[in-house]
Amino acid sequence: MANSAEGSTTHETHHVAESHADHDHHHELGFWRKYVFSTDHKVIGIQYGLTSLLFLFIGFTFMMLMRWQLAYPGEPLPLIGWLFSDETMPGGVMLPEFYNQLGAMHGTIMVFLGIVPLAVGAFGNYVVPLQIGAPDMAFPKLNMASYWVYFVGGIVMLVSFWVPGGAAQSGWTSYPPLANIVMTGQTMWLIGMVFLITSSLLGAVNFLTTIIQLRADGLTFFRLPFFVWAQFVTSFLLLLAFPPLEAAGVLQLMDRLVGTSFFMPSGLVVSGEALDVAGGGSPLLWQHLFWFLAHPEVYVLILPAMGIVAEVIANNTRKPLWGYKVMVYSLIFLGFMSFIVWAHHMFITGMGTAISGFFQITTMIISIPSVIILSALLLSLWGGSIRFTTPMLFALAFLPMFGIGGLTGLPLGLAPTDIPLHDTMYVIGHFHYVVAPGTILALFAGIYYWYPKATGRKLNDTLGKLHFWGSLIFMNGIFLPMFIQGMAGVSRRLYDGGQIYEFAEGVVHYNEFMSISAWLLAVAQIPFIINFFMSIWKGKEVDENPWEATTLEWTAAPSPPVGHGNFETIPVAHRGPYEYSVPGAATDFTPQNQP
Amino acid sequence: MDIPYTITPRADTGVYNAKLGVWLFLASEVMLFGGLFSAYIFLRIGAPEWPGMIHGESFARASDILNVPLATLNTMILIGSSVTMVLAWASLLLNRFDRYRLYMGLTFLAGLAFLVVKAFEYGSKFEHGYLPAESNFLAIYFTLTGLHGLHVIGGMVVNGYLLGPGAKMWKTKPAQFINRVEVAGLYWHFVDLVWIFLFPTIYLL
Amino acid sequence: MAQTHTAEEVRKHVRVYLMVFGALAVLTVVTVAVGYLHLPIVPALVVGLLIASVKAGLVAAYFMHLVSERKVIYGVLIMTGLFLLAMFILFISAYADQDGGLIVS
Repeated sequence: MANSAEGSTTHETHHVAESHADHDHHHELGFWRKYVFSTDHKVIGIQYGLTSLLFLFIGFTFMMLMRWQLAYPGEPLPLIGWLFSDETMPGGVMLPEFYNQLGAMHGTIMVFLGIVPLAVGAFGNYVVPLQIGAPDMAFPKLNMASYWVYFVGGIVMLVSFWVPGGAAQSGWTSYPPLANIVMTGQTMWLIGMVFLITSSLLGAVNFLTTIIQLRADGLTFFRLPFFVWAQFVTSFLLLLAFPPLEAAGVLQLMDRLVGTSFFMPSGLVVSGEALDVAGGGSPLLWQHLFWFLAHPEVYVLILPAMGIVAEVIANNTRKPLWGYKVMVYSLIFLGFMSFIVWAHHMFITGMGTAISGFFQITTMIISIPSVIILSALLLSLWGGSIRFTTPMLFALAFLPMFGIGGLTGLPLGLAPTDIPLHDTMYVIGHFHYVVAPGTILALFAGIYYWYPKATGRKLNDTLGKLHFWGSLIFMNGIFLPMFIQGMAGVSRRLYDGGQIYEFAEGVVHYNEFMSISAWLLAVAQIPFIINFFMSIWKGKEVDENPWEATTLEWTAAPSPPVGHGNFETIPVAHRGPYEYSVPGAATDFTPQNQP
Repeated sequence: MDIPYTITPRADTGVYNAKLGVWLFLASEVMLFGGLFSAYIFLRIGAPEWPGMIHGESFARASDILNVPLATLNTMILIGSSVTMVLAWASLLLNRFDRYRLYMGLTFLAGLAFLVVKAFEYGSKFEHGYLPAESNFLAIYFTLTGLHGLHVIGGMVVNGYLLGPGAKMWKTKPAQFINRVEVAGLYWHFVDLVWIFLFPTIYLL
Repeated sequence: MAQTHTAEEVRKHVRVYLMVFGALAVLTVVTVAVGYLHLPIVPALVVGLLIASVKAGLVAAYFMHLVSERKVIYGVLIMTGLFLLAMFILFISAYADQDGGLIVS
């Protein structure tokens, strides 16, 4: 919108004759504006994608280091141990403080810098405008700002490892009073979070406006692909659940920098000395504000994954989704409910029975729409002539993996069973099944599915299948034993994996197996990395619709889509999103824009 | 490439993009201040007395320690600035750009006046050693009014832009400029609205 | 929307804005006056919040044009209001039902 002149009516958009149009496509953009500070949603989507994949790798590396310590406590790290400083791993042996830093930053990076930016920032940005037939996002400059604010937030988080005392080490949940009294890294964590929250706020406003305002003609809400619906609900969660955490972050910053006592109770004694604060605050206040965000955040992690899986399953079963409308209603219901279940993370905080009863009931209720969506996806397979393409394998694996993750959550949603399991490895197993073999496999499905759209070339299938089987097997190798360890009572935050505890004797040896699985999981990513980069040049070239799909990104735009504006002509939607195998139709897929 | 509905409203929703965008942003702001207000409630119902002990002196009422006349003045300033803001927008609709300059200028000055009064208020607190670290009451007071002050500054940046360099758009794209002023106004009224709640809950109750 | 306003309508609106300003000023004075009555906390809270809500309502309805806004905006705001209400109610209930909370045995 920058370079506009009076009364330019030489061209009009398909939609509205807005007389003052900008002239971006009249001249070529330079390198910086085209690839770095681009306002094109496709470029921003790819920027988000590459950055978040890098952060996923970094977060995974942290865990691989920790898994060495868990498998062989106190033994020096071979081969690369000498790379680390004396403050972190003297002689290659990990210090407890460093272990805690890695743990806190693993969680933070994976959730806020890896999965959410990949699921929402990358896939949402790239796919949503294409699927709704929009030339770009509603606010392209905000979109660019969103990415760069996220980038800065990520840098702040990484740099915090080099401040005195190292990075944040109070877990990704940053519970005070502990988080209030640790070293500078925690301040960096809070500042980084403010950046990330700002980024997601900009993104959420943009997605919602785009989906509400820029749908192509004829694309009513119930003709939207399920993926768009998932992004829509996710954006609302980001918009309304993140601000309370921002509030909490501001309060914790005040506690740390100005010396207030929002989260500091009276009479706190640290290392034998009474703390010099006014007191009167409440550590529980942080937990309430934190989980007010962090429970909806769980759905921010899982809903886009469900959206991707729905697209891939409909496409590869060559059938409409079973119960599309019910799935959409479940999604909306899930979004609403996710705001009033948060205190099930806090059953052991001395919560009264009445309020705990309330949160147990809402928690049981929220499992229903999740089960409906999962069942609908499962039933969609029934009677289909399934094509076992690489994205379909990932999507199919998502179903049982997310199933395990979801079902193991039920005992944690009920206070009597949660109390013994709280903060054990069981919890780690539960949410990793949701997020790792669940969401991450779905995100891989998305990468294999939309890669041809973004590059015009397919990823290699042999390497893809190698990647799939390796990932699936080794992820289960890591996370399945966690349930057993957790039920034996092993805490989630033990530096030595539980060796000094007698009750852990029977299960502590699983650690070695889990660690080896983790390292093999890294090996299983090698074919993916090779495939990802090699296929840019060597992949099989494809036309605009290699999967014979119905939605607009495939049927109305070339691969890759036009640089500015996506479509040569803005499409018009004439039918629902999943008209596969319509009786009497010429092909087994009827594009949405076919009259 | 043109993004549709940047100027004219979309037929089925009836709004243009920026208006929906700013309302969504304000919804998020509601939750931000909502989170802070819930923190306030949480701490206050947990406190045995409020404002309570500060420097060994017990205060029974917030108005005994905070300067209510100054805050009342600030309330009036902010309400007045809301009126000038909406009049600035109305002037554009009447094609009176000169009036727009006047009212927008007044809005900007009112924001400045608000901050000056606030600075005096903070200054006298600091003089007495009433720092945020002294008690939860002061911590809440400084955090909430401080964050609100940052929002005022943010609004002034936007208003200043629309008064100065951004006003060039009136010549080239008047319809879009009117939209921008309307949207900036929505934000500015929201800042006023937050203060309307902050004033009684912090100074008077 | 801007194009649909006639000059006469806008002038009518301006009169409404000035009236709203008057009402807000009066209500502010009332708020302060009630503050100096030093009512007990519960009535003070009820009166204070009631007046604040009326003022906020006036600002939202007239300055922010919510009296004649579109459904999509109402939808967003109603939803936000619900979540805000849920947050307040659940925060207070959680506090009240906590060990060492309001209900001290």
